[in-house]
Amino acid sequence: MPATDPAAFAPALGAHRAPRTAVACTHCALEVPGGLVEPGAAHQFCCTGCRAAYEILHEHGLDQYYGFGERREASVTPSGRTYEEFDHEAFQKLYVRGLPDGRAQVDLYLEGIHCASCVWLVERVPLLLPGVARADLEIRRSLARVEWDPTAVPLSRVARMLDSLGYPPHPFRGVQRDAVRRREDRAMLVRIGVSGAIAGNIMLAAFALYAGWGGGMEHRWELFFRWVSLLLVTPALVWPGRIFFAGAWAALRTRTLHMDVPVALGLAVGYAQGAVNTIRDSGPIYFDGLALLIFLLLVGRYLQQRGQRAAADGAELLYSLTPSAARVVDADGGARMVPAEALLPGMDVDVHPGETLPADGVVTAGQSQLDTSLLTGESHPVSAGAGTEVFAGTVNLSSPIRVRVQRAGESSRVARLLQQVEESGRRRAPVVETANRMAAYFVAVVLALAVITFVIWEIRDPARAVDNAIALLIVTCPCALALSTPLAVSMAIGRAARAGIFIKGGDALETLARPGRMVLDKTGTVTTGRTALVQWEGPDWVRPLVLALEADSAHPVAAGFRAAWPRLAVPPARDSAHAMGGGISGFVNDRAVVVGAPAFVRARARRGAMVPANVAPGLTPVLVAVDGEIVAGAGLGDPVRPEAAAAVADLRRRGWDVTLLSGDAPAVVDAVGRALALPAGACTGGASPEDKLRVIEEARRRSPRPVVMVGDGVNDAAAIAAASVGVGVHGGAEACLATADIYLTNPGLGPLVELVDGAERTMRVIRRNLLFSLLYNVVGASAAMAGALNPLVAALLMPASSLTVVVSSWRARTFRGGAA
Amino acid sequence: MSVIYIVVPLALLVVAAAVAAFVWAANRGQFDDLDTPAVRMLHDDEEHRPLPRPPEPPAGAA
Repeated sequence: MPATDPAAFAPALGAHRAPRTAVACTHCALEVPGGLVEPGAAHQFCCTGCRAAYEILHEHGLDQYYGFGERREASVTPSGRTYEEFDHEAFQKLYVRGLPDGRAQVDLYLEGIHCASCVWLVERVPLLLPGVARADLEIRRSLARVEWDPTAVPLSRVARMLDSLGYPPHPFRGVQRDAVRRREDRAMLVRIGVSGAIAGNIMLAAFALYAGWGGGMEHRWELFFRWVSLLLVTPALVWPGRIFFAGAWAALRTRTLHMDVPVALGLAVGYAQGAVNTIRDSGPIYFDGLALLIFLLLVGRYLQQRGQRAAADGAELLYSLTPSAARVVDADGGARMVPAEALLPGMDVDVHPGETLPADGVVTAGQSQLDTSLLTGESHPVSAGAGTEVFAGTVNLSSPIRVRVQRAGESSRVARLLQQVEESGRRRAPVVETANRMAAYFVAVVLALAVITFVIWEIRDPARAVDNAIALLIVTCPCALALSTPLAVSMAIGRAARAGIFIKGGDALETLARPGRMVLDKTGTVTTGRTALVQWEGPDWVRPLVLALEADSAHPVAAGFRAAWPRLAVPPARDSAHAMGGGISGFVNDRAVVVGAPAFVRARARRGAMVPANVAPGLTPVLVAVDGEIVAGAGLGDPVRPEAAAAVADLRRRGWDVTLLSGDAPAVVDAVGRALALPAGACTGGASPEDKLRVIEEARRRSPRPVVMVGDGVNDAAAIAAASVGVGVHGGAEACLATADIYLTNPGLGPLVELVDGAERTMRVIRRNLLFSLLYNVVGASAAMAGALNPLVAALLMPASSLTVVVSSWRARTFRGGAA
Repeated sequence: MSVIYIVVPLALLVVAAAVAAFVWAANRGQFDDLDTPAVRMLHDDEEHRPLPRPPEPPAGAA
């Protein structure tokens, strides 16, 4: 899986790292490395990518770019890909739309979009290619919509152009949903606009009426304004207000009670009574309150929808980053790139080191090691040679292999796993929000009170009985009650997003506020998910020799060494040879160097003066021999994140029952569990994705308390979907992003604590809001029962309660991390 | 005061026109992306591209 960079979808947060000491790159303004400075040259470049980008711009007279104050400070590193799969039939069918005038249109997700000058580059430069008609960038989501003439220029050419500027393009995999959402958003906006305009104008009429109420107003004017109000409120009810009636109807049909039910009841009764009173020419009309109520409720709903939308967008964009191409080998031996969607069983595919397998199949040539952690959670690489069955989604680590495709696309193991994920997601019963749970009692109480009011007044003063009962129904229309949850939740979701926590559904927050069982995946969640050098015993002079051999190996051990010593100068190595499952040997500075597994190295060297101590359990041991003598030993492993222990302790203090569930070897899982000070029974290793799903489902059956699954891989996805709340963590696989209710963009478990903390605070705000709105309703209901409710009091009570809730939600500090 | 009988309906007509304009703008996608145009205008010094929004792709055409 590609490393997922949070900055990729938070362009405004681009880090400014520029140690500008010596010479600055003309294109990106970063420091030019010493070896690349050209004395006397007017323009200096930190890399060939920047030079190429500069040449494109300069050649076409676009030097204006360099005049912009805010520029992307990141060197351009073109991927060198040909993007030929972009021209393939299957790709075009999936992502490209034909326009009526013969042009084609595609939505591309660009990496590296960061600031204003990116907009300028992306919208100008592709137009230099003949045949490209337009390129529009949406900066918030880094989406570029390109229109071009397919007969004049292939899409791959456009893609290469964007790539050479440092914006590698990916097809946007959410076009269908995007169009649906856009329609929904627009419809919601229109409803808000219409109801807002109506509410404002009814208020004007209402002011005239209230002003004339005390001071004497000619009856014909009063009549006129009452009719104007009726005329205005009618469209507000039948157009924007219709969604409440639709919601209430749907709830009644499924025999559940939703907040829409009391709202629709209040609206309907208020409107009917107001209309009757207008025609009768006596008694209160409630139109101003009703119109305002519709408007406020719609705004609350829109805010909530937008917050959840933004979170879902973030996950979808990450999904677009997954590799989409496979290298198919034709009968004549030539290789070509095709989209993964076009693979068929029986095809031969070449997979280079560092690439992800595009389909399930059998290795026909080559020997390599595969990282299967995506599927199994196993942190150690697995060997694969001719005849080995391999699966889509695993990563080839060390050398090229050829795979005969057996199952591609929907029938691959990953895809089947994902189908399971979808199913368990569908089976999940929706969490009923607190406000909706209250709606049931609320309707019952209000109706009972209305009956009581009617009976009492029927005895005391029958003429006023109907009026007072109806006034009670109207004044208790639960505007503030219906607003309280969406407002508090949408504010919390917005604040959380700024803190790097994407919450896709408000009900997740309510669930998280009650402690339950929290199941953590190990690889990538509690640990860093990357092999790192944990233990090193040996002299310093050996280090450059090790790095020289490991310089261009995709093996995790090599990556671990490189990450541990990033600043060492690396001498060139020659005659280096990779031995499968063993290690690497070669010559550096004319010395024979062997790095690898103990058995491999001991077979090629004698024990020297230096005898490395045993490495800790759970680590991969590596020995280094120089000129036939063992000189150093190292232990590499997947280290526990530094803040994990403190975070777990914090969660347990809050009452959460924290457990580890991993596909990795039980010994490794237990070691991690000890590092986190978890009780002995809390760690389970060797769990397949199916096992994980079973564990979560059983935990949910056994206890009504919430079960939270935190994970990062496809192997966790089914469990995440089945949990009460699924949390995906930084760098996770796209399947995990798609099913998780919450996605944490910052690495580690610290954000998890913040999430639980924020959820608790949000629940407190919701409860406070509910209390306020109930208080207002008690006041209103008492006044109505006493027969003391006049239209002015009703008109003041309704907006005042809503405003209290708005202010209370606005001021609440739910998530703190939003410093950006 | 009888002028109210004319002025109020007139005002309501103006409101109707404003609402119609808003609905038209929303449906044409004027409020879809509120970030990029603000940035784009910074660079449109010497060259203007008064292009209309592209037509919405027909549903299911992708």
